[in-house]
Amino acid sequence: MKKNNAKAWLYLLPAILFLGAFMVYPLIDVLIYSFEEGFNFASQSFVGVGTDNYSYVLQDPYFLQALKNTFILVIITVPLSTGLSLLISAGLASIRKLRELFQTVYFLPYVTNTLAVGLVFMILFKQTPYSDGLANLVLGVFGIEPVDFIGGPYWAKMLVMCIYTVWVVMPFKILILTGALASVDRSYYQAAQVDGTPKWRVFTKITLPMISPTVFYLIITGFIGAFKAYSDAVALFGTDLNAAGMNTIVGYIYDMLYGNAGGYPSYASAAAIILFAIVLTITCINLLVSKKHVHY
Amino acid sequence: MKVTLQNLTKVFPARGKKQQKDVIAVNDFTFEIADGTLIGLLGPSGCGKSTTLHLLSGLQKPTSGKIFFGEDDVTDLPAENRGVGLVFQNYALYPHLTVKQNITFPLENRKGKDKLTKEQMSEMANEVARLVQIDGLLDRKPAELSGGQQQRVAIARALVKQPRILLLDEPLSNLDARLRLQTREEIRRIQRSTGVTTIFVTHDQEEAMSISDLIVVMKDGVVQQIGAPQEVYDDPTNLFVATFLGTPPINVFDGYVQQGKLYIGTEAVLETAGVPDGEVTAAIRPEGFVPCAEGRLTCRLERVEVMGRDISVVSAHDSAKAVSIRSIVGAEHLSAVSGAQVRFDLKPNKVHLFDKQTGARIRF
Repeated sequence: MKKNNAKAWLYLLPAILFLGAFMVYPLIDVLIYSFEEGFNFASQSFVGVGTDNYSYVLQDPYFLQALKNTFILVIITVPLSTGLSLLISAGLASIRKLRELFQTVYFLPYVTNTLAVGLVFMILFKQTPYSDGLANLVLGVFGIEPVDFIGGPYWAKMLVMCIYTVWVVMPFKILILTGALASVDRSYYQAAQVDGTPKWRVFTKITLPMISPTVFYLIITGFIGAFKAYSDAVALFGTDLNAAGMNTIVGYIYDMLYGNAGGYPSYASAAAIILFAIVLTITCINLLVSKKHVHY
Repeated sequence: MKVTLQNLTKVFPARGKKQQKDVIAVNDFTFEIADGTLIGLLGPSGCGKSTTLHLLSGLQKPTSGKIFFGEDDVTDLPAENRGVGLVFQNYALYPHLTVKQNITFPLENRKGKDKLTKEQMSEMANEVARLVQIDGLLDRKPAELSGGQQQRVAIARALVKQPRILLLDEPLSNLDARLRLQTREEIRRIQRSTGVTTIFVTHDQEEAMSISDLIVVMKDGVVQQIGAPQEVYDDPTNLFVATFLGTPPINVFDGYVQQGKLYIGTEAVLETAGVPDGEVTAAIRPEGFVPCAEGRLTCRLERVEVMGRDISVVSAHDSAKAVSIRSIVGAEHLSAVSGAQVRFDLKPNKVHLFDKQTGARIRF
């Protein structure tokens, strides 16, 4: 028994070493930094210990703006992208012709570089001295005044950001959901058909419960992914996100570490811990809600 | 409900890059099933029995031919409007719903004036649950039930909507031997007490013979024989039916007929008046052998298996198609069977002759 234990630990050692060095240690370190006031990387010194970092971050208008942006992004894009992916993959499952073609088309954004996609969105939405962008061109057909989506009002920028995020995260969800739908035994549908079950009821009473673990997985990872949004904002609005008013929490943390206002690892750590707390809370709520609706 | 199949044919078109031939799963099936009977569709895998069931349920459309329920032509009626109860081979119980929710599921689909109140649905579910004896399990999930119990739930779900016909796809194949015996009696009892016309599919001849009013033996999409189980067993129309029915299987020999006598090897074993001379295939049921000191068929004795009431004599013969011949004889013959050889006389009604080429029955 004891010998077996030693062997088991030996096998686990590589994973433990790497996880410890690159995950657990930094996590604890960040927690410590977040309570050390005025920490300086160069001298590895700090002036005091306390919660000052947290109160600074929570009163920083840039952080509050980032917090607001992130929450709007999460609340809009997670349900929207999951719902749309469900519809699209259910649609894909029910067609025969051209299914492969559509699957490929829907999966393309996944293998496309974020910044390249950002460029495409620039062409779609950015106003330049020469053009109002493709989106405005289309809006103009309906007689709507051109809007500066990239440098204009807050709602317009947020709209582009949400469309962008939904578009970028959907391929993965569609892929996973298509797999889940294909794994549902056909005899359930045949049984429902023989019993004269309407299509909508088949979807809500059979299909959805059957794939609920997958949907739940997508919602959880969707929340976490959306809370960590950063590169999308950079791709659309450039690196000076505070000026654009489109910063996210991760963007704020990055700025605090390296940005123009840089050199405040304590503030960055505090913001990171706050983000961690938010994600943890949301995930716990998700888990509680899921107990009732997810059937394994 | 009387069910009529009229020249029912189902062809699955060739698929794939390789030029394969179309598959005729069901070929010109005509049959009238009387109201309230239990029919067993029997045949080896790929014989078209499941396709026939799917055509009856409406899940598949026939290529040609017609299906009538009573006087209604239901050929073009989609599955949801046919009013059939279908029990799947894997039961297809919804795993996230309780037994009761599973049973009431078909009832909740009703719309308009057929719509039922919760109380009515609950009462119907309880009633059918009592019929299949699962009334104590209504709050469980399917995963918490044994195979036999799941089977009953599936039958209850099919019966609760009072179907015009009940279809069962390999109902016993997922059960262990003991449960299978029990469940097949259960199916018979439920069918008797509801009087619903029932059609079930099986590849197990014992299962089909034991509970069916009529069995339909199929091969390669073509119906070989329809009849009461005993009738089909005693009087097969061709070699396929003869070999498919019966455990232990029938013993098949190469033989020939000369001047009204059947020869196996060099021995004349049976008088077969009226059969023209020539080569034949002779098939002898295991119970058709009578050990006898002056018996006319001589076989090499391999071993004797004692089963209590009967004994099973395993022997060999050069003209036999199988390596060994298995015969079932009364235990009183035990002393007569010993040594290197065993001699048998044959019971004429247990010996069937077939055309060597076509396998068609030659009656005598």
